[in-house]
Amino acid sequence: MGRKLLLEHINVPGINTLKVYREKGGYRAVEKAIKTMSTDDVVEEVKKSGLRGRGGAGFPTGMKWSFLAKPEGVARYLVCNADESEPGTFKDRYLMTHIPHALIEGMIVSSYALGAHTSYIYVRGEMMPQIRILEKAIAEAREAGFLGKNILGSGYDLELYVQPGGGAYICGEETALLESLEGKRGNPRIKPPFPAIAGLYGCPTVVNNVESIAAVVPIINDGGEEYAKIGIGRSTGTKLISASGNINKPGVYEIELGVSVEDFIYSDEYCGGIANGKRLKAVVAGGSSVPILPANLILNLVNGDQRLMSYESLSEGGFVSGTMLGSGGFVVLDEDQCVVRNTWNFARFYHHESCGQCSPCREGTGWMEKVLHRLEYGHGKMSDMDLLVDVSKKIEGNTICPLGDAAAWPVASAIRHFRDEFEWHVSNPALAVKENYGLANYADPLPPVVAVEA
Amino acid sequence: MLSVTETQEIVFSADLLNKCGDIVSRYPDGKQKSALLPILHEVQAVYGWLSPEAMDKVAEFLDIQSIEVYEVATFYSMYFMRPQGKFVLEVCRTGPCCLVGAEKIMHYIGEKLGVKEGEVTADGLFSYRGVECLAACGYAPVLQIGPEYTFYENLTTDSVDQLIENLKKKI
Ligand SMILES: Cc1cc2nc3c(=O)[nH]c(=O)nc-3n(C[C@H](O)[C@H](O)[C@H](O)COP(=O)(O)O)c2cc1C
Ligand code: SF4
Ligand code: FES
Repeated sequence: MGRKLLLEHINVPGINTLKVYREKGGYRAVEKAIKTMSTDDVVEEVKKSGLRGRGGAGFPTGMKWSFLAKPEGVARYLVCNADESEPGTFKDRYLMTHIPHALIEGMIVSSYALGAHTSYIYVRGEMMPQIRILEKAIAEAREAGFLGKNILGSGYDLELYVQPGGGAYICGEETALLESLEGKRGNPRIKPPFPAIAGLYGCPTVVNNVESIAAVVPIINDGGEEYAKIGIGRSTGTKLISASGNINKPGVYEIELGVSVEDFIYSDEYCGGIANGKRLKAVVAGGSSVPILPANLILNLVNGDQRLMSYESLSEGGFVSGTMLGSGGFVVLDEDQCVVRNTWNFARFYHHESCGQCSPCREGTGWMEKVLHRLEYGHGKMSDMDLLVDVSKKIEGNTICPLGDAAAWPVASAIRHFRDEFEWHVSNPALAVKENYGLANYADPLPPVVAVEA
Repeated sequence: MLSVTETQEIVFSADLLNKCGDIVSRYPDGKQKSALLPILHEVQAVYGWLSPEAMDKVAEFLDIQSIEVYEVATFYSMYFMRPQGKFVLEVCRTGPCCLVGAEKIMHYIGEKLGVKEGEVTADGLFSYRGVECLAACGYAPVLQIGPEYTFYENLTTDSVDQLIENLKKKI
């Protein structure tokens, strides 16, 4: 069994209450940080831990904190990103539902480290039940003296509020989130300036994912060096993986970074294998935005070594044969799934969620959806695949925020790895609306990897 | 498009005004516009949708222009610009849910209610629509029902039947 830092007590009855959470050692990190550590000490521990942002981009959290501008007399803000809308990702909801105090405790320690006196947790509006849970937890923490004025007699004041979103994937992008928190449409801002300089209300702001903030608690309790011993290489610590799709045991798993993908999919500790005795066709390993990989490439690297669940190993091979850890949304497709349909579905999602500010994203996502729709419904042309790649290239890198890239990558990678399936849709239009292409040569047991061209 | 179906006099109740005031107190002075999204949720929970009159009232309350409310309300998918069924079944239609049968469930709901996506049943009770990933992909297929956004997970045709029966009894 791998070590659990965030979910260790998830099955303890009543762990959602302050009382039981405290019995299990909760709020020790607040006491330790506020009573015995300077704000710089806290930042230093987080740096030592090697913790990387769990929201998708994997930027080192300690480094992000140290970039925060600290002009005299200007408020600083910590905003927690609980917008969780990346298809395939449901770990933050799980954590907030079952152990809300882990997030509240992390918010207090992190706010203290950053010198923030007002902090917000921006939760997607659809998570109304989780918003109620967090509000209750905040009230309990305040009652116990962990929030409000003069926390634990230290002279440090902190107010913590929960803010609901309105239903928009783009508000997960940090500058769109800040716009939304200011009561505006969720249009991402042009950077620079980065939020560390001018964020909420134009003040220096740090935006961190729920899981990143919760991870600060064990880092302070055990020390950054202890945390960094878990994991592999620059992928330190544990990571929550949301596993969904055609597996025996969908759910949220806390893994030590570095377990093999094969173990993660097939062992009983995690996904428990492919459902209904089927075979594995493909995996979207880090939420809908990352490249999809066929079974052979997700399980093994091109050199034949096992692929591991870590930032580095998942991205090994770049976009030619690799993918990304992203938000840890691990979506498994079995032999009966249609890659064309799944790609069309994701393209529709990005078209629907584009905020419309940049033409390449607004128009390009629409075109990709349209072309994929006609491929899926038997009206495609052989030239459509190149057309899609061309559109995706024109979006990638040409937009204000990374949603454009996130829309382009799934399409480009599906065509790179599954072109024969797309071609089959074009040559067999009548058949393609009735049945699926099936497994082809992607499945386990693994065929030898043939030369993969750039 | 904002379409005015009927003009109604909107008077916010004392309870609603209290809630709105409480929300405004979370932000620094002069930043009361931050309260817009949470207040729109509260208003929609009372009226079932956001009529132009209700939005104008929100603008007045927050001391901002009406257009600032309209542009926000139309940007976000959770705000309804026209009246809905009493229960809006919002079914996730995104990739991971579709891998385990979300499309079938949505189709079944449409047939059972006898309406198209977005339409309201004749008794005014139900409407349904597809929504994007609800961060519950491991419990798919899923649907949610506002204004408290209760989740119903691992849906089957039987559990949908049961759910609709239960909702009818709640009336
Ligand atoms: C389109 C888009 C959607 C995003 N959605 C989320 C999200 O739902 N949750 C999240 O934590 N980060 C999301 N991010 C990443 C955030 O912009 C930001 O990098 C992150 O919140 C930083 O926190 P971290 O460093 O702790 O990961 C998204 C980014 C983009 C471009
Ligand atoms: S890339 Fe798309 S979502 Fe991002 S700012 Fe541009 S139009 Fe909006
Ligand atoms: S895809 Fe349906 S909840 Fe995520």
